[in-house]
Amino acid sequence: MVDLTALTPCSGLLPLRKGTVTLSELDPGRITSLMPFRGQGAALSAALERAHGLGFPAPGRVEQTEGATCLWTAKDQAFLIGPEPDPALADHAAMTDQSDAWAVVLLAGEDAEDVLARLVPIDLRPVAFPEGAAARSLCQHMTVSISRRAEGLQIMCFRSMARTLAHEIADVMALVAGRRAAG
Amino acid sequence: MRIDGKGRVDRARPVSFTFDGKAFSGFAGDTLASALLGADVRLMGRSFKYHRPRGVLTAGSEEPNALVTVRNGAQADPNTRATMQELYEGLEAVSQNRWPSLDFDVLGVNDLAAPFFGAGFYYKTFMWPKAFWEKLYEPMVRRAAGLGALSGEANADRYEKAYAFCDVLVIGGGPAGLMAALTAARAGAEVILASEDCCFGGRLQAEDEEVDGEAGCSWATALAGELATMENVRLMPRTTVTGVYDGGTYGALERVAQHLADPGDAPLECFWRIAAKRAVLCTGALERHIAFRDNDRPGVMMAAALRGYLNRWGVAPGRRVAVFGNNDDAHRTARDMHLAGLDVVALVDSRHDADNKAGDVPFYPGWQVARAHGAKGLESVDLIGPQGATKRLQAEALGVSGGWNPAVHLTCHLNGRPVWDERIAAFVPREGAVPGMTVTGAARGTFSTAACLREGAEAGLAVAEALGHSGALPVIPAAEDTEYRVRRLWAVPGKGRAWLDFQNDVTVKDVKQAASENYRSVEHMKRYTTQGMATDQGKSSNVQALAILADATGRDIPETGTTTFRPPYVPVAIAAMGAGSQGKGFAPQRFTTSHEASVARGAPMVEAGLWYRPSYFPKPGEKTWRESCDREVKMVRESVGICDVSTLGKIDLQGRDVGAFLDFVYANRFSTLKPGRVRYGLMLREDGHVMDDGTTARLSDTQWIMTTTTAAAGEVMKHLDWVRQAYCGAMDVRFISVTEQWAQFAVAGPKSRELLNGLLDSPISDDGFPFMQCGPVSIGGVAARLFRISFSGEHAYEIAVPARYGASLFEVLLGRAEAMGGGPYGMEALNVLRIEKGHITHAEIHGRTTAFDIGFARMVSAKKDCIGKTLAARPGMIEEDREQLVGLRPVTKGRTLTAGAHLFDKGAEAVRTNDLGYISSVGFSPSLGTFLGLGFLRNGRARHGEEIRMVDHVRGTEEACIVTDPVAFDEDGGRLRG
Repeated sequence: MVDLTALTPCSGLLPLRKGTVTLSELDPGRITSLMPFRGQGAALSAALERAHGLGFPAPGRVEQTEGATCLWTAKDQAFLIGPEPDPALADHAAMTDQSDAWAVVLLAGEDAEDVLARLVPIDLRPVAFPEGAAARSLCQHMTVSISRRAEGLQIMCFRSMARTLAHEIADVMALVAGRRAAG
Repeated sequence: MRIDGKGRVDRARPVSFTFDGKAFSGFAGDTLASALLGADVRLMGRSFKYHRPRGVLTAGSEEPNALVTVRNGAQADPNTRATMQELYEGLEAVSQNRWPSLDFDVLGVNDLAAPFFGAGFYYKTFMWPKAFWEKLYEPMVRRAAGLGALSGEANADRYEKAYAFCDVLVIGGGPAGLMAALTAARAGAEVILASEDCCFGGRLQAEDEEVDGEAGCSWATALAGELATMENVRLMPRTTVTGVYDGGTYGALERVAQHLADPGDAPLECFWRIAAKRAVLCTGALERHIAFRDNDRPGVMMAAALRGYLNRWGVAPGRRVAVFGNNDDAHRTARDMHLAGLDVVALVDSRHDADNKAGDVPFYPGWQVARAHGAKGLESVDLIGPQGATKRLQAEALGVSGGWNPAVHLTCHLNGRPVWDERIAAFVPREGAVPGMTVTGAARGTFSTAACLREGAEAGLAVAEALGHSGALPVIPAAEDTEYRVRRLWAVPGKGRAWLDFQNDVTVKDVKQAASENYRSVEHMKRYTTQGMATDQGKSSNVQALAILADATGRDIPETGTTTFRPPYVPVAIAAMGAGSQGKGFAPQRFTTSHEASVARGAPMVEAGLWYRPSYFPKPGEKTWRESCDREVKMVRESVGICDVSTLGKIDLQGRDVGAFLDFVYANRFSTLKPGRVRYGLMLREDGHVMDDGTTARLSDTQWIMTTTTAAAGEVMKHLDWVRQAYCGAMDVRFISVTEQWAQFAVAGPKSRELLNGLLDSPISDDGFPFMQCGPVSIGGVAARLFRISFSGEHAYEIAVPARYGASLFEVLLGRAEAMGGGPYGMEALNVLRIEKGHITHAEIHGRTTAFDIGFARMVSAKKDCIGKTLAARPGMIEEDREQLVGLRPVTKGRTLTAGAHLFDKGAEAVRTNDLGYISSVGFSPSLGTFLGLGFLRNGRARHGEEIRMVDHVRGTEEACIVTDPVAFDEDGGRLRG
């Protein structure tokens, strides 16, 4: 029997540390896209609540509970992150496995917002983007999902672009650290 | 020269630097300009056109003359204003636009030929002969006239771009800006305060005046210190707001490390995009010159700059100083110079009724300066009195003030035009010119310090309140509150050249000549004379020039108007605007899971959109890509080949109505497809041309998986969204890209099933898994998907596993394949295989071809509607003489076909009017031992078997070809089955 070995999207690329900021890979567990079928939005949210203890997130929001996260990703689309999805959800939503499609990284540290302010054109200051906030935006030229967790800013990009993500963030981490060093 | 006891540079910290290779010393806190003045250097540059010797004119970013190149080699930064360049240890600067040296410039002879170089001289002189312009005149003029030059090498300096957000952006760190920031911040607004200077205080740093009972500069520094401690304030020194854009977005250039000897990892500059709910513009005012004969001699400078150099940096261009003005502010310069112990030889005020406010200095009311003398540095000035009296005075420095122009530039960036204010003889911003922007202080013509402090505070409070905060006005500090009085004076009449625009060498006479040649519009005058162009954008000459134009055309100034102010306010390096986009930052790179393994096997990678794919896998002994490609094609045809096809777009569709939706999206029918089966589909654009093709598999009753070409994956996704939202809102369909979720590999060749059966947890058979079958399989316990589809024309499969196993599966597949005489194949072999089979790619469906053209007209189902169907049936879209897809091969085996070549009838002249089509794809077929081509030939389907001529005008080749069916190999498709 063949034995296939698994690699994470950022293996060999992360972690990186520069100045006050660390970029590390997160293991999101299972990622399932949820797209409610026609007219099934409320029913899906209720089923999610029953099965996983969280509702379908409003645009720009993350729902969170012990062991599960539901991240808004697009119009009528969210990612259930963490658990295997309850099969009952399939009555209300189209589901696909996205566990291998995304590189999930965490940018943490005092200057994390300053780092992303060099790549992301939206307001990520805590006052505008508190814990529980989620956005789809650009990171330099890549489309990403960004959300704030207690530990820092979570960034998700296509798996195939993990190398570019690490490269872009490493470059600006050096600039931000360089500014600190220069006073 | 340095003036003892004056200036706030740190005399305990000398800083050495070089200018034109010569060593000098200044002090910490100096700019390059102040350090050079301190070292008795008045000559700092040569002018653009006439190579006139020039010295520093101003102390700010508006400087037209003192442009230098700092650093060297790849790091050379041309056109740096010496007034903005802070001194650092080891700074290297060189002057520009001179040869062989600043002191002796050969092209200084241009100045003698000035009568021929007046306004419009290009247009008059270089008209004939026409061909000479590009080859001779233009290169010659460019060499002779110019600013600094780039090194031509790639610059390794770091630049940065960044985004910032705030409630209130305060633009300008002078008295008004400081008070606006303080008041808005105390009311609770998030404030950004941008100061062009390295410090805060604006004019207070240059003046000898008190605010709140202490030196104005100390007051400003203390207040900035207080602001720095506030959580909701972000101070941005060395930051010039360069442009105003829609929606409260502002561009700003921060000079992050231009002042550091060793920036380390810090960027040299950062280009900011600042989104602000409100802005308070406190950009102050710029002093203007007065035109008189030879008013450009080094040592002649703006009066406020002259006293700024004295008060802030403790330097002066010479001991004997004259001051010439038409307003009270000029008197302050005479006063400060006199109090500093310099020899003020004259305070000349063109207003006959002016009072002397400078103290005990020789005062000449009603007099004017008529001429400056001294080639490379001012030696003396000629005064002309009320009744024609004249007087010559020795002086090394002359401060001139023609009044103050509010810096209205940013208020005009959204098309607002400034308004003439006769009270101050200057343009002021139009109320409401920029939504959300308030203008205060000198920028709106309020010139006393006390009034600026008050207005700034009021504006800060008003914007904070407009954003829902509440606060109170702070105590307004006591400060100078004298009235500003000015009387128009633009030019002193007389012979000779009186300079307006120093950077472009435009004189009063040039403007008058433009008017006399009927360039009466200020915009035309600007372009005819070049006034107001280049790095300073005429900051110190625009108003004088248009005033003189107004006079010459018999109009008043408001009627004449200004030219259009556009961003950026100061020059911005492209490197800053495009920061992060050099090299690998240019575009994201997408890598497949097999990338490392392919690179390790020596495969050169080619770009396919953002993806990188192997072009071929060279084996030892293979000298050309063709040898590898031929081998890989044979390998697939004879044993088995492995190719990573993960880059193709994969879209998962679910819902009860997917079949109906696909029927509408695809030209052919899909709703009849059974679960477990795959069908080839053709997608049209709304205009009837082919958009994309690919296979779609039905995994279950309600789940489908569509594949797109690599190039069109994003476009197809967008198209599906549009079709669903625009036409299919009532359908129950949901879809999402799963391209990244699955690593997918083609396993192609006669031994493909044998290979797979060695891997799969349960083997497959031809009956159980016939051509165009799909289904779930398992490899080592990993759930995978198998599709029996073929782009190569061979018995082939595509196997998909979750991407985390991609790298591992690729290695396993290669190992198995190689053990069977197979191996990996790249894009080149893939291309040859599909050309042999007549399969199309985007080389054929390039956006201008229809289903009819590629021979797929019958795929457009007659029984249902689909996107593009109606427009595909337009007259002209289905005519027999359209260019139709054909196969081509050379008449003589072994000859080469080239893609891009055009097709002509035998014997017809190879000209456009005889053009019958073109070749879209070519490749050498090792299976058939000949070059094969695909192309489009007028009425081509009726011409199979005929001879046609290929002419490649670009490569200069031609070849006789036979027209064939596009399918050249295994015409009946037997190899796909079994």
